[in-house]
Amino acid sequence: MSVSWFLVVSALVFSIGAAGVLTRRNPLVVLLCLELMLNAANIALIAFARMWGNGDGQIFAIIVMVVAACEVCIGLGLVVAIFRRRLPIDVDEIRELHG
Amino acid sequence: MSEVFFFIAAIGAICGAVGVVMVRNPFYAVLALVFHLLSLAALFLLLEAQFVAAAQVVVYAGAVMVLYVFVVAYVGAAEPSRLRAPVSAAQRALAVVFALALFVELSIAVLGSALAALDTGGPTVGATFGTPQQIGQLFLTRFLLPFEVASFLLLIAAVGAVVLARRRGGIHEEEAQRLSVMDFSRPLTTGTMAEAVGAPLTRGAEPRTLGAEPEDADRAPTGGGGW
Amino acid sequence: METSAWLILLCPLAGTLITSFGFRRLPARATGIVGTLAIAGAFASAFATFVALQDRAEDSRQVVYSAWDYAVTVGVDAKLSILVDPLSVFMALVVTGVSTLIHLYSVAYMTEDRGYARFFAYLNFFVFSMLVLVMAGNFLILIAGWAFVGAASYLLISFWYRRTTATSAGIKAFVINVVGDVGLVLGTFFIFRHSNTLDFLGTFDSASKDFASHNGALTAGLILLLVGAFAKSAQVPLHTWLPDAMEGPTPVSALIHAATMVTAGVYLIARMYPLFELSDGAALVGTIVGAVTLLVAGTIGLAVTDLKRVIAYSTMSQIGYMVMAVSAGAYVAGLFHLMTHAFFKALLFMAAGSLISAMGGEQSLDRMSGFRKAMPFTFMCFVIGGLALSAFPLTSGFFSKDEILGDIAARGGGWWVFVVIGYVGAVLTAVYTWRMIFRAFWGEPCREARELEEGHLHHAEQPFNPATGEIEDTQVGFPGPEHVIAERAGEMRGAMSILAVLALVGGFIQVPFLTSGLEKFLDPTFADSRLDLSPSNGLVIVGFVVGAVISIGGIYTAFVIWVRRPGMSTQIRERFSAAYTLFVNKWYFDELIDLLVVRPWAWFGRFDQQTFERVVVNGLVGSATNVVKAGSAAARALQNGFLRAYAALLVVGVVVVAFYFLVQSS
Repeated sequence: MSVSWFLVVSALVFSIGAAGVLTRRNPLVVLLCLELMLNAANIALIAFARMWGNGDGQIFAIIVMVVAACEVCIGLGLVVAIFRRRLPIDVDEIRELHG
Repeated sequence: MSEVFFFIAAIGAICGAVGVVMVRNPFYAVLALVFHLLSLAALFLLLEAQFVAAAQVVVYAGAVMVLYVFVVAYVGAAEPSRLRAPVSAAQRALAVVFALALFVELSIAVLGSALAALDTGGPTVGATFGTPQQIGQLFLTRFLLPFEVASFLLLIAAVGAVVLARRRGGIHEEEAQRLSVMDFSRPLTTGTMAEAVGAPLTRGAEPRTLGAEPEDADRAPTGGGGW
Repeated sequence: METSAWLILLCPLAGTLITSFGFRRLPARATGIVGTLAIAGAFASAFATFVALQDRAEDSRQVVYSAWDYAVTVGVDAKLSILVDPLSVFMALVVTGVSTLIHLYSVAYMTEDRGYARFFAYLNFFVFSMLVLVMAGNFLILIAGWAFVGAASYLLISFWYRRTTATSAGIKAFVINVVGDVGLVLGTFFIFRHSNTLDFLGTFDSASKDFASHNGALTAGLILLLVGAFAKSAQVPLHTWLPDAMEGPTPVSALIHAATMVTAGVYLIARMYPLFELSDGAALVGTIVGAVTLLVAGTIGLAVTDLKRVIAYSTMSQIGYMVMAVSAGAYVAGLFHLMTHAFFKALLFMAAGSLISAMGGEQSLDRMSGFRKAMPFTFMCFVIGGLALSAFPLTSGFFSKDEILGDIAARGGGWWVFVVIGYVGAVLTAVYTWRMIFRAFWGEPCREARELEEGHLHHAEQPFNPATGEIEDTQVGFPGPEHVIAERAGEMRGAMSILAVLALVGGFIQVPFLTSGLEKFLDPTFADSRLDLSPSNGLVIVGFVVGAVISIGGIYTAFVIWVRRPGMSTQIRERFSAAYTLFVNKWYFDELIDLLVVRPWAWFGRFDQQTFERVVVNGLVGSATNVVKAGSAAARALQNGFLRAYAALLVVGVVVVAFYFLVQSS
């Protein structure tokens, strides 16, 4: 059970999250997939912390969690605002910022 | 023994991840994510990061996911528009392909790197490794600045969420009647990029009419149409 | 002498500037006086230069004065220089002398015209340009003067600018003159290439050396110069502008299209005589064209009915004589005829102006008759001018025309053809001149003549354009309301009297066996001529006799046809109706030029605009912009607002970059 196993798991979860972001249309689910990617990064950080034997990676992972929480906050706020305006909750429909 | 736990936790994490991506109903997707998070907590424990594992369960799975559940409940199981075609198979295949490519490359990058310590379980660490004591010490000495900045970030996020979600601009009937002359005198696409580049203005080129629904959910997409 | 030489140029220039800038402050007739005085000053300066020139030794009578250098470097010497020699002083005297008289005439003739000051400004500018042309010391200044003269001609032909006939005529004159300008400039270049100097004297001195092996280039250059000369002097085929130029006021016709501008071509050929003598081909071209023109113009003059146009074709014909003369080597004779022609043609035009005024603006011979009693002075001027033009014995025209034909005959051989053509032309000249005079002055007086006999000058109820009948309802840009006849204007009578006297006695300066004043005066210029044409005494006497017989016979013929037997002219016309149609339609030159030049050009322009411009140019430019538009559209498509597209780009980008680095590091 070496560190590299955890890293492989991290890579796998990350790619699954990426596939989800590319595929899903519901913005809530897209945010969930983003959470997946962040968590994958967390695994990698904790694994490396274990590899180096100091707590820096863990601190980093906690900060990542904080950031994820903030981002979820705002993202969900956006989704609520979109829902309030009676727009479809569909990432393909919300595309006003274009060139 | 720990390998067994590892595999269980790993498989759980992966199944949860796959579930998040593939499940139609967003509520079930949230639940899949929760399962994933719990598996991750187990993985963290295997890596002797006790505090982070606990924080994962309490904060992430407990608070953040609960927030998610609230929003999903509020928004409803708003599946994509009934009349829209689902994401085409080609796009899904491509997504899978590129995600696979990404995984392969990450793995090669990680496993092919010259770090010798990757093959080991890591050095033996003391009993205080990963304890709240150590985390707290680190937070308040070496990482004091990120700690404080993180708290700022949380404050900003909280305020931002309140601002985003408040009633201003929501389409309640009495709000809808508070229109100004400006809304009539200019087309809806005023100030958009579409207007700037002169793209054909198919919708929104006429000023808004009073009381009409500004949009409906069943529009076919066009280039440059306004809201 | 330098001062007076420059003053010849500066006086008319000063006249133009004063008139153009000061006309608001000067009282009405003062601009006319200023203009006339300016040209009189130029004449005085020319005379002073003449006197000073004659004071110099015989072999130093060709002097160049330079004001400043434009571009003097290796290979080119462009200076503002004038050449003072007998030829240029002769031309300056003729131009300024006749111009002064015409200015005097115009002071009265253009009364009450809204453009009075403008007229004199233009006229002074014209005289200035013509003097620049004749006094030029190098090709550059010659070309400048040539162009200015063309511009002045355009301004003066379109003087009554609201008349579309006048503006069209001005444009036609200008366009044909530009064709000539191109010939002139190209010819200059051809010559300059081998002579390497723009200076006249320098070119002439080394001509035989420079062009010894480049005779083809010389001939080509000279033929191009001839194109310029033909356009300016209204020779076939570049002559179609001259009859239309009669749209200008009569003083303009007198000055520009009789005495001065149209003689510029003759001056050019005379000036370039060293080069022409080296190239027989070019000289022959000039002679042939002169001969053809004198015949064609003479025949047309028999048929047209507009008074001024008869005189215009007569001008064309006489210039044909001059061109033929100077091309064939009879330089002094050609220039002599230039001088006498200036006298009697200007006189004829002035008298025609008076007659047209009496007719209230009407110019057609069909309407005029019987003015003999009503306008005695004008009649006398017409008679004197007509006699001189028909080369009646002892008038100035007699001596000059017969000298031309005698000198050409002295070349012998094939040149007799031209002599015969010259005498045929003399017959035609006599007939059409006296046709005009008999038709206008004999016969039953027309209505206007009767009114004038009673002392009332006819005015049309509404001013109108005699050519098209179009009513002219304002005075701006149209002829003024006054019609002035010579019998009532002292200025006109004065000018015409001087010219009448000159037309009668001007020939005595060069009577064979007796005087040779002109020849001696011009000798320094033409000293290097290889052709020394002196007809034998017998030839001269025979020429005189033949000329006298033809002249008197022609006048008598015209008398018979138009006075003695009234219906005869109609019978002759019907008998030779084909020829008559050809002549009345001016040998269809206008239609030919329209077919050969104007229509293809217009087609080409339309083709360019519709096809070439639209397809090629706009297509090229359009395709450049379309490429840019497509590129930016493609770039814009990247930002389509699609979240998943952005995510896909990110993922794909990371994949590609990571792949690159993995491959690179392995």
